[in-house]
Amino acid sequence: MAAKHHRVGDQPWVRRLLIGVTLAITLVMLVIPVIVIFYQALSAGLGAFSENVMDEFTLHAIGLTLFVALLTVPLNLVFGTALAWAVTRFRFPGRKLLITLIDIPFAVSPVVAGLLYLLLYGRNGWVGSWLGEYDIQLMFSWPGIVMVTVFVTCPFVARELIPLMQQQGSEEEEAGVVLGASGWRIFRKITLPNIKWALIYGVILTNARAVGEFGAVSVVSGNVRGQTNTLPLHVELLYQDYNIVGAFASASLLAGIAILTLIAKAFVEWRQSRPEHPAPEKGGV
Amino acid sequence: MSITVENISKNFSGFQALDDVNLSFPEGQLTALLGPSGSGKTTLLRIIAGLESSDAGRILFGDEDVSHQHVRDRNVGFVFQHYALFKHMTVKENIAFGLESLPRRQRPPKQEIRQRVEKLLEMIQLPDLANRYPTQLSGGQKQRVALARALATKPRILLLDEPFGALDAKVRKDLRRWLRALHDEFHFTSIFVTHDQEEALELSDQVVVMSQGQVEQVNEPAALYARPESRFVFDFLGHVNVLEGSLKNQKLTQGDAWVSLPSVQGDREAQLYMRPHEVQLARSPSAHARLPLRIESVSLIGSEVRIELQPEGWHSNELWEVGMSHNEFARQAPARGDLWYAVPDIGHLFTDAGSQPRTVDWHYPTTATAHP
Repeated sequence: MAAKHHRVGDQPWVRRLLIGVTLAITLVMLVIPVIVIFYQALSAGLGAFSENVMDEFTLHAIGLTLFVALLTVPLNLVFGTALAWAVTRFRFPGRKLLITLIDIPFAVSPVVAGLLYLLLYGRNGWVGSWLGEYDIQLMFSWPGIVMVTVFVTCPFVARELIPLMQQQGSEEEEAGVVLGASGWRIFRKITLPNIKWALIYGVILTNARAVGEFGAVSVVSGNVRGQTNTLPLHVELLYQDYNIVGAFASASLLAGIAILTLIAKAFVEWRQSRPEHPAPEKGGV
Repeated sequence: MSITVENISKNFSGFQALDDVNLSFPEGQLTALLGPSGSGKTTLLRIIAGLESSDAGRILFGDEDVSHQHVRDRNVGFVFQHYALFKHMTVKENIAFGLESLPRRQRPPKQEIRQRVEKLLEMIQLPDLANRYPTQLSGGQKQRVALARALATKPRILLLDEPFGALDAKVRKDLRRWLRALHDEFHFTSIFVTHDQEEALELSDQVVVMSQGQVEQVNEPAALYARPESRFVFDFLGHVNVLEGSLKNQKLTQGDAWVSLPSVQGDREAQLYMRPHEVQLARSPSAHARLPLRIESVSLIGSEVRIELQPEGWHSNELWEVGMSHNEFARQAPARGDLWYAVPDIGHLFTDAGSQPRTVDWHYPTTATAHP
């Protein structure tokens, strides 16, 4: 037997190499592009930047993007919570299948999702043609954008909640019901405080994705400037118009939202890892 | 409030957890549901509480059929094995939760709730910890808070699921004594689940022994220990020494070992069960038994010396165990490796599977009878 055992990676040069390579890749692939976005956006000066941001169509795109997120997040909050509750608190046939199905939006390319919705709800689609008879148009207008955004972002909340609720079990809720509490009171007073931070985490991820979604939205939106153009679509449109500064100004807004998301995410992660009620000092009562 | 369990069965996707169970729990008594894991004791407790539904049968509280009543309306106190305290509420809020969950018309005013919580905190001897959170409490403290929370709404019935299972031995003993005292003071009808025979015998007025979804025996602790009605109960409650052999001419023989059974007729296979305290050790065989054993180990700790012995010239699945007073031990000085003879005072004879044992007493041989 050798006198000294080295685990893989124990040698200092391996450690330095791995850390160095990782840092280099992060810099080249992640940090520099983000800096370039802001650099390009401000390359023609602050005046040009604000002029581009205050542009009528850009403002509309911002408004539409926020509107879509505002509808998507609560919808998926309710859906995700209900789904997590159902699969962790009840036993029913198809439960495992449901847990797998929830990942479909992660597995399917957003463009495919957009096409599926177009096929179903478009003017010539199975459901769409029937709705068309009542003059209801879902595709190429904001309801379609909301629908595909909900589809693309629906796993986030449930994915955060399911493992947590599985791990916590239902004993506290059972204790609540034995003590005579109503279902709503149990949810509000017992379940919700226990899942609060995971829920917020899920909402942050849902929101980030809802704001940034491009592929699925671009299929169903129709890209009508000032009507169905969301911020990510607007970036592309400006870029194709050779308005580089405008494109990057809008892109910098999205990057700004992303950075805020990261900060919020880091805060929530820190809160989740911290014990809620630290043990009292030694020597106390 | 007495509890009656009638023909309760429960099947969990192919696993028969309870099989036609009938029991009655007298009012004001503390009953233990004792059994190994998988015997159905926790399932039965949860069905009584209403946390689980049965496939068949009825549950009665007093004369009232509660089988179809929601757990919320049954007004039972339930103490969970792992406490299930609400992590995000203080001790005070935990205890008040049940009272504050009452419908508005029945809910006592805030002032009264506060007073009742204070009284309960005193009862569990933790008045200084009212504003602590569960994570800031020790296991024993948590369990007492769980008990106070369960008692706050003045339930008709108190159910406890392995209440001391997660605690260390010292705390468990204290809490056990404290629960017994509490029960003697308030006299609620209580049922607790345990797999610990010592806990069941020490704490309860009545013990229900369960195995594989069925009731094996119901008795007071002393009677249960003295007169087990089945092999299962014998094996489950404490140590037992077994001589397995063939019965012929009123004598049970295996290898070099035999025991005479003067009042037993018939020739067949049989097993003789003896508790450690029903057997004595001697240097030579007695007139009614020859059971040669070699001393394997001697344990001096405790109020009695415990001696483990290996059969010599015959066979037993487990080592034999015999108790000896420290006085006797000092006089006789048995040592590891010595050959001794077991002399039974009382034995319990099983002849065919499932039947009840006959008790044989060699001091008063005429009283050898079957159990009533």
